[in-house]
Amino acid sequence: MTDAQTPPITPALVAEHGLAPDEYARFVALIGREPTLTELGIVSAMWNEHCSYKSSRKHLRGLPTSAPWVIQGPGENAGVIDIGDGLACVFKMESHNHPSFIEPYQGAATGVGGILRDVFTMGARPIAALNALRFGSPDHPKTRHLVSGVVAGIGGYGNSFGVPTVAGSVGFHTAYDGNILVNAMAVGLARTDGIFTAKATGVGNPIVYLGSKTGRDGIHGATMASASFDDSAEEKRPTVQVGDPFAEKLLLEACLELMATGAVVAIQDMGAAGLTSSAVEMGAKGDLGIELDLDAVPCREEGMTAYEMMLSESQERMLMVLEPGKREMAEAIFRKWGLDFAVIGKTTDTLRFVVKHQGRIEADLPIKELGDEAPVYDRPWTPSPERPVIDPAEVSAPIPDDEALLALVGSPDLCSKRWVWEQYDHLIGSSTVQPPGGDAAIVRVLEGPKGLALTTDVTPRYCEADPVEGGKQAVAEAYRNICAVGGLPLAITDNLNFGNPQRPHYMGQLVGCIRGLGEACAALDFPVVSGNVSLYNETNERGILPTPTIGGVGVLEDCAVHATIPFRREGDAVVLLGRTQGWLGASLWLALLCGREEGAPPPVDLAAERRAGELVRTLIAESVLDTVHDLSDGGLAVALAECCIGRGIGARIDVLPEGAAGPLPSHAALFGEDQGRYLLAVPADRLDTLLARARAAGVAATRLGETGGDALILPGSRAISVVSLKDAHESWLPAYMAGEPA
Amino acid sequence: MRAAIVVFPGSNRDGDVERALVRAGATVERVWHAEPELPAGVDLAVLPGGFSYGDYLRCGAIAGRAPAMEAVRRHAARGGLVLGICNGFQILCESGLLPGVLMRNANLRFLCHRQFLRVERTDTPFTAAYRRGQAIDVCIAHGEGNYFADPDTLARLEGEGRIAFRYCDATGALAADANVNGSLNAIAGVLSENARVLGMMPHPENLVDDLVGGTDGLGLFESLARAA
Repeated sequence: MTDAQTPPITPALVAEHGLAPDEYARFVALIGREPTLTELGIVSAMWNEHCSYKSSRKHLRGLPTSAPWVIQGPGENAGVIDIGDGLACVFKMESHNHPSFIEPYQGAATGVGGILRDVFTMGARPIAALNALRFGSPDHPKTRHLVSGVVAGIGGYGNSFGVPTVAGSVGFHTAYDGNILVNAMAVGLARTDGIFTAKATGVGNPIVYLGSKTGRDGIHGATMASASFDDSAEEKRPTVQVGDPFAEKLLLEACLELMATGAVVAIQDMGAAGLTSSAVEMGAKGDLGIELDLDAVPCREEGMTAYEMMLSESQERMLMVLEPGKREMAEAIFRKWGLDFAVIGKTTDTLRFVVKHQGRIEADLPIKELGDEAPVYDRPWTPSPERPVIDPAEVSAPIPDDEALLALVGSPDLCSKRWVWEQYDHLIGSSTVQPPGGDAAIVRVLEGPKGLALTTDVTPRYCEADPVEGGKQAVAEAYRNICAVGGLPLAITDNLNFGNPQRPHYMGQLVGCIRGLGEACAALDFPVVSGNVSLYNETNERGILPTPTIGGVGVLEDCAVHATIPFRREGDAVVLLGRTQGWLGASLWLALLCGREEGAPPPVDLAAERRAGELVRTLIAESVLDTVHDLSDGGLAVALAECCIGRGIGARIDVLPEGAAGPLPSHAALFGEDQGRYLLAVPADRLDTLLARARAAGVAATRLGETGGDALILPGSRAISVVSLKDAHESWLPAYMAGEPA
Repeated sequence: MRAAIVVFPGSNRDGDVERALVRAGATVERVWHAEPELPAGVDLAVLPGGFSYGDYLRCGAIAGRAPAMEAVRRHAARGGLVLGICNGFQILCESGLLPGVLMRNANLRFLCHRQFLRVERTDTPFTAAYRRGQAIDVCIAHGEGNYFADPDTLARLEGEGRIAFRYCDATGALAADANVNGSLNAIAGVLSENARVLGMMPHPENLVDDLVGGTDGLGLFESLARAA
């Protein structure tokens, strides 16, 4: 099988393919000979971190992935849950971090395209998109350019494809200066009896190539995404793919039309590692061999080699196994939509992955070992050093509380992200009941009354401080945000963004966060049904903050009955739910106003989290509550400010929450980030009901004050006009993006 | 009323406008872009929002030359009603059914948000359910909605009262910052000479439901249902 035209397989060439010497030796032993160049490319694509999860797989196995409502857990293109009425919600989140740093518009756009494709590959029509973005310090010279490009790219793809982008998060930290995070999530709707998977069945069935043509773009994208950056990251630009949302929209319509006919046996999108990964996964999952004839692959350019075709990551392509005899009908549907359609191979009973091109056999490899039997590592790891608990009594406030609040609501992390989400079409579909800016988005399901509550959450500075607690908190916050709008939390997708797993410290962060996630998922009945791991997010040996982004999905039986953040009425009682200790460790207040990124993060009491969540959700469903806000970054004071800003209604706060040992310093009561808390506003005549129900549920509830007026009045502080809060909240991001200094 | 929605590859608000039309009592049929005729007896042809053919050329440029647009032109020539929303407005301009062009938004960004429009005329089949000067709360979602026409055309449009809607604030005032995309004279919607063809950038079809932002958009579809 050697060929004079192909270069010899040297150690340097092996290294360029991202394979360690022992991995290459393992591969040679597996096939019993030296591989061809095409085979080397194929194995590098399948055994890289992105496709094989080789560093994380051992630890991911411990995550809770099942529940009575889970139809499909991790391992397919997306997770699937039953939401009742014969309907399924299909969702997943995936990173496009490395490409988005190199080429922000196309990197982010194709991230959106890839995740939408994952969802409609399962037979679901996408009904919502979300994202979670992390950028470097605002004063880093590249940050503005990256924000601008990533936001435009996400909008450019989603808006044209025609899916509402309904929620997201945007944060800044210098640890992301050289490695931004672009995590995109898609949510789709299918019938529970109309779910499609990648598992091929039947011998001799045709394998069909669909969608756009194959070009030379994105070759080795998955390998690039499995490596660290150095100062020459820009040179990797050719590995970034170019998105075509129009082609994707056509592909969606054609795939759904064809799926409805019953002709589709298996379907897999060509995402990372393109044709290689999709074909191998179909065969490996179905315990079948796959034989491809590349002469039939529709190509954008002439003279493409087998190596290039197998590794191209050209976008908007699908691979399908069809029922025998359905080819003509399937082809007619694709021709109508103006898409390429070509039979490029067949299933076999050999368990071999055979690739032919121009009469030559370019690859002949055992399919199972390429796919689900890729190497798995138990990488050495060290736990993060434990940080001291910061006693709130020992931290003095550098500026008065009112000034601190204005600084926080106008800070890069907490300011309004309107400038971002106004570039996303969040209203298409006429089903966005809660648009961006709520605790969770609410999207009506079909014509209702059912709705989905959707959110993305993570607090990287907690994960850095204590990976286990930080992992728990990310899940707990997603749970809380869904409960805060009235949703029943059902399942999550996780997008684990970490540094280099070959460094024990970063590997320890990954292990710790996964443990925390798992504990929270188990305690909250909130299983993981899909996910993605992005490692090697480091530049010049410096890693990002550990960032396990959680995408949460919940259901509302009647989406008209939900709660929102803004105070609605004057004279409502303002009530805090949950216990306060004045936890300033790892808080945003401590970081921003004291310049200290220190201390243990707030502990997460999962049982208390669950009690509070169930209480809030029930009271919303009973229409006792309609004004609810989750407490998170910036604590009580920031939550109060956000409740005031929405409709311009202020509040007078008479009482601050006390800790177990009595009164707290005001800045600890106001800005501490204790978990498991909600801020509520209820008309006076419902207050007794609320307090009695909280007592019965074992959830602390404290009346803090009353809504009304045009200012937020905190005890011992000057009144802060709601107008000034709003100005501070709304002005930072537009001013920054217009070029004003950070 | 019988309405036909022309669906181009890349149309994506066809379902939204269908829902609004049905809510107003219309019967809706879909027409694929490659079809040369509209169904017989159709009162209203609708060009929905989206990115027809990807809009990689000028927005609406390819759609303006689609076979189905020949049928829409004949329908308009017979005095039939035509409504183009967003990409549909761009297509109407590109196909010559309405004057002017839609340029990139003045701030060069795609913009999606709630937006007030001032109703300039109520003696049209599209606006009879509104009050003159009423500020209706709908939404925009476009990157290229900055209306431009040469001075003579603009003077003629204004002189003939062919501006259906202008961008305004909540009180109906034409404040400078309410003209979000930089359109000449804050123009959001333009009528044909006989006021039977309307092109508009904003999306009334997305505001037809109290649960999803309000019902200020419904008046346009109810006006049409009454007119047909």
